[in-house]
Amino acid sequence: MEDLMARAMNLASLRGAQYADIRIVHSLTESLVVKNGIVDSVTLDESIGFGVRVLAQGAWGFASSLAPTPEEIDRITDQAFAIASASALVTQGQSVALGPPVTSQGQFVTPIEIDPFSVPIEEKIALLMQVDQLMSKVPGVGVRKGNLIAIRERKLFANSEGAHTDQTIYEVGAGISALATSESEVQVRSYPNSHGRQQVSAGWEMVLGWDLVSNAERTASEAVELLTADPCPRDQTTTLILGGSQLALQIHESCGHPIELDRVFGTEAAFAGTSFLTTEKLNNFRYGSEVVNLTAESLRPYGLGTFGWDDEGVPAQSTPIVREGLFTGYLMSRETAPLLGMSSNGCMRASGWNRIPLIRMTNVSIEPGDWTLDDLIADTENGIYMDTNRSWSIDDRRYNFQFGTEIGYEIKDGKLGKMLRNCTYTGITPEFWNSCDAVCNEKHWTMWGTPNCGKGQPMQVAHTGHGASPARFRNIKVGVV
Amino acid sequence: MLGTEFIKERVARALQLSKSDETQITFQAHDQALTRFANNIIHQNVSESNGTLTITAILGRRTGSASTNDLSDEGLSKAGERALNHARNRKEDPHFPGLPEAQSIQPIQAFDDETANCDPSVRAEAVGLICNQAMAKNLTAYGAYSTATAEVAVANSKGVMAYHSGTRASLQTTIAGDNGSSMAEDSNWRLSQLDPAAIGQEAVEKAIKAQNPCPIEPGIYEVVLGPYAVMDIVENLSWTGMGARSVQEGGSWMIGRMGMEVMNPLISIWDDGCDLAGAPLPFDFEGVPRRKVSIVDHGIVRSPVYDRYTAAKDGVETTGHASPPDMLWMGGPMALHLFMGTGDSSLEEMIRSTGKGLHINRFWYTRTVHPRDCVTTGMTRDGVWMIDDGQLAYPVKDLRFTQSYVDALANVIAVGGNRRLRISEMGSVVCVPPLKIGIFNFTGVTA
Repeated sequence: MEDLMARAMNLASLRGAQYADIRIVHSLTESLVVKNGIVDSVTLDESIGFGVRVLAQGAWGFASSLAPTPEEIDRITDQAFAIASASALVTQGQSVALGPPVTSQGQFVTPIEIDPFSVPIEEKIALLMQVDQLMSKVPGVGVRKGNLIAIRERKLFANSEGAHTDQTIYEVGAGISALATSESEVQVRSYPNSHGRQQVSAGWEMVLGWDLVSNAERTASEAVELLTADPCPRDQTTTLILGGSQLALQIHESCGHPIELDRVFGTEAAFAGTSFLTTEKLNNFRYGSEVVNLTAESLRPYGLGTFGWDDEGVPAQSTPIVREGLFTGYLMSRETAPLLGMSSNGCMRASGWNRIPLIRMTNVSIEPGDWTLDDLIADTENGIYMDTNRSWSIDDRRYNFQFGTEIGYEIKDGKLGKMLRNCTYTGITPEFWNSCDAVCNEKHWTMWGTPNCGKGQPMQVAHTGHGASPARFRNIKVGVV
Repeated sequence: MLGTEFIKERVARALQLSKSDETQITFQAHDQALTRFANNIIHQNVSESNGTLTITAILGRRTGSASTNDLSDEGLSKAGERALNHARNRKEDPHFPGLPEAQSIQPIQAFDDETANCDPSVRAEAVGLICNQAMAKNLTAYGAYSTATAEVAVANSKGVMAYHSGTRASLQTTIAGDNGSSMAEDSNWRLSQLDPAAIGQEAVEKAIKAQNPCPIEPGIYEVVLGPYAVMDIVENLSWTGMGARSVQEGGSWMIGRMGMEVMNPLISIWDDGCDLAGAPLPFDFEGVPRRKVSIVDHGIVRSPVYDRYTAAKDGVETTGHASPPDMLWMGGPMALHLFMGTGDSSLEEMIRSTGKGLHINRFWYTRTVHPRDCVTTGMTRDGVWMIDDGQLAYPVKDLRFTQSYVDALANVIAVGGNRRLRISEMGSVVCVPPLKIGIFNFTGVTA
């Protein structure tokens, strides 16, 4: 593979590229689903390929192929050049500039204890069957589902400036859900997270740590209870405490996306949208209250955005995004950072060998605060506690959002009360974060995973990490109908 | 393009190398190129060649799958072994209906050489034209222009061997001014049917009208939806309930409505994977011929779409809607070639006939709040206008809605006579006219 990478870079140099890079990616994904006591699917998907990115005549070209052979390397590199030449026809006289060269060298492997691919398939199936059997004891559950996923991705990167990195990233995911229905209602409860699973960058030891078995019956029971729970109060303004997993998605949608600097500069306007965090707001805008501190980094354990180098070879690092409520940072690339007089902070990520890197979230997290969850609830006279996402929607500049959660609980006189179904809340991003008056502490902080972040044309699905503790927000509209 | 002979040979070889009792092979290959533009320049320009073969090994009623894009004998053998190992390590599924026998499949010619061989300079020229249209009006152009070939093959150890190749081209542009934007798009399996100048002009004209929108209060409004917004309604109805699995599992909006007139009689929706007006694929991913399925017939809910697994559970025949391996996570059979029937009206007539209402270009970031009624929340985007006494009076700031799409189609007042087609990156199709709807619930506004 080293020879092939060198071949591509040499050819690019001969053709007159201002810059070139190549990624060769080999990925393995194992997925198991058990539904109502039957193995619904067990698959193992393997993919290998490479992509060559070329900057020529001040414009970009990218081509990719499934066959890393010398002949294909030559064909694809030439194709990338032809595409760059076409791009150069519509530049309005502008040229891409990348800032200082990147010459990173090294290896990175996700620290793991148990290789998930070393665990026999029968053991994984047995775990899901055991969980299913426990959920089946709860009457009224129509669909019981359990799923496991293991991913290993080896990525070789080289550029024309001398960078050369070799990374192997592991991910594991697991989740269970129970669907209960009545004549007019459909309710679902999930554990540890919704939309299939919780997912982290780690080994099989994390799946064992989530203890699906001990949480199976409770998950199923809650789904049934939700059918007859009181509905979330309609069209009310109240105090809202969000559980960590729901807050993680809130962060993803209303913080992580608007800080993508390419969105700010309009390069996603035709699809994913733009951002209300325009550049004059940097260090000059109150994004949230003084208890809100957000950080983007690619260093923390278990984060789906943790790696050694991004897909431009820029080393993993940490950037403060919001400090005591003040907006202080963006997610950047080699092309966008110089426009603010800065250097890339390593946020360029491609979702496979057949995609160009785009600015993506790494791990965008809220720093823990001072409260225990018990104290926070006790301190709340009236309100609602909501957790585990069920639906999510936000406008194209990341202002107006509406979220639904699987479950809620009334808070009355500082105590958790009755269960609530069909909980929703809505808001405007900076108003919402400025209403935050308390964040729970390190003991309640979890690194959550969002493995389904869509962006780009053609579509790319990225895996991002979001650390969060529960937090409290005042005067939030709930029960949207 | 890998080509018929290569693909059929590799698929046959995979069957030969498989050591399971029975085997199904699906093969999907594509060559895809996309030119993306923003701020009136081409900023991303990409191409991709890939081919993935999925092997399903069957031992009695036990199945296991593996996929690979290593198409060598070694790669096929390795995938076959993995699939077999998965099948060995699971219990029988009593509902597994077995593999289908070979059936006659009518080939469909939907491959266009001009589209397949489109040079990046051709896309660049079209993009340049749209950027010039925008700049001539002091506006900024964004968008994407893509062309692709797609090859699909399905074979099994019972003699099924089906192959189809097709092409597609899609052009979408967003045109923005200082304070407002709009969007236009088109798709076809033939590049020559796309008119970049017309698409650009549509978006530019709407963008000019969309400048400096005014805030309005949310509430219930009569709406005239352009086809891009109607596409979202039909797609969401598909994802939340047109597949038999979601009906069987209790989540579909079709439950309790089968055979009942729950939408306006002006509304008919069907799935037809053989219609050349879309992007045809004449067989599904079990190698079964696709049948046209009437999903809503003049307001009456008729039938979901089936694959062999769900059909066996309901004691009916499959409709030929087995999903591709990479979409199985969405849950069972899917309606991927959706058409809505046309009516006598037009967008212009719908606006003229509206005393007070909103004309909406498209919806954005729509998500299901409650699946049983397909209650959906989302935003308007790229153009909303207040209609006053039959005229577009002024542009309006984007609004959030929370609305049952089933109820929305029950309150249809008029249906347009012309449809607009979208072919997605995955090859799915939605082809719909504009609609006028009497009641639509807006629950919030953007800042």
